[in-house]
Amino acid sequence: MAHPSQLGFQDAASPVMEELLHFHDHALMIVFLISTLVLYIIVAMVSTKLTNMYILDSQEIEIIWTVLPAIILILIALPSLRILYLMDEINNPHLSVKAIGHQWYWSYEYTDYQEIAFDSYMIPTQDLAPGQFRLLEVDHRMVVPTEAPVRVLVTAEDVLHSWAVPALGVKMDAVPGRLNQTAFIASRPGVFYGQCSEICGANHSFMPIVVEAVPLMYFQDWSTLMLEDA
Amino acid sequence: MAEAIDSKIKNYKTAPFDSRFPNTNQTRNCFQNYLDYHRCNKALSSKDMDTTPCDWYQRVYKSICPSGWVNGWDEGIDNGSFAGRV
Repeated sequence: MAHPSQLGFQDAASPVMEELLHFHDHALMIVFLISTLVLYIIVAMVSTKLTNMYILDSQEIEIIWTVLPAIILILIALPSLRILYLMDEINNPHLSVKAIGHQWYWSYEYTDYQEIAFDSYMIPTQDLAPGQFRLLEVDHRMVVPTEAPVRVLVTAEDVLHSWAVPALGVKMDAVPGRLNQTAFIASRPGVFYGQCSEICGANHSFMPIVVEAVPLMYFQDWSTLMLEDA
Repeated sequence: MAEAIDSKIKNYKTAPFDSRFPNTNQTRNCFQNYLDYHRCNKALSSKDMDTTPCDWYQRVYKSICPSGWVNGWDEGIDNGSFAGRV
């Protein structure tokens, strides 16, 4: 989850997020190198007493500073397109979950076999137990099995919302009357937090998303429990 | 043929990838399977045939359609105000 003074992304919990992390490292390194070069050149130009009045044109350097940026752009574009198409691969999910946005909570439905449905409200700050995270915890988490492709169908009952979990590399808008599909694989067990990512009224900042990934056996126990409680 | 459908329904995990709806927007996928279930039921029961094959469509729409939508459509069918052609 997010940490205070965090600079980078949260640790990846899905293969897609790992790829995005590595790509970001790659692109950012290129940006740092170019920025360092440019800053160096600026400082060098500004801090000399010499003046240059006699160079008019130079074919060689013009070629270099046209071709080199083109090569750099290709080096950025190729991994980027690779990930774009990777995210678009056909996947055969093991589980479908519906995430429905309301003002101001999410509700989740698991209806592949029987009907499990529940609301997920933020835990108010005054009701937090010691060690729990302010504005992030919910009363009922969305539980999924690890290592299983999960399809999430996102929609909304009233206004626009957006279902996002950064650690899983997932964000999908919740549009009333529309069913948007996204998918992820939770590579490791854990609890992953996200927040509503589309302005939706007074309590937009207070309808978080919590995904709890557990081994399949525990997921089965949880779903049995949820059916009994219903 | 019936056995193939039966085993498909028995081994059902969740709605499989449907190449008619390859993109992010699955609204039509949900609605189409709902329509297909009711049309299948209507067609097969009007010929007094077994309606078990229609259960596939029901499993799929139950997997992917929000229950609020399904309840609203069911009510519409019951009181004759459903907008789709069944």
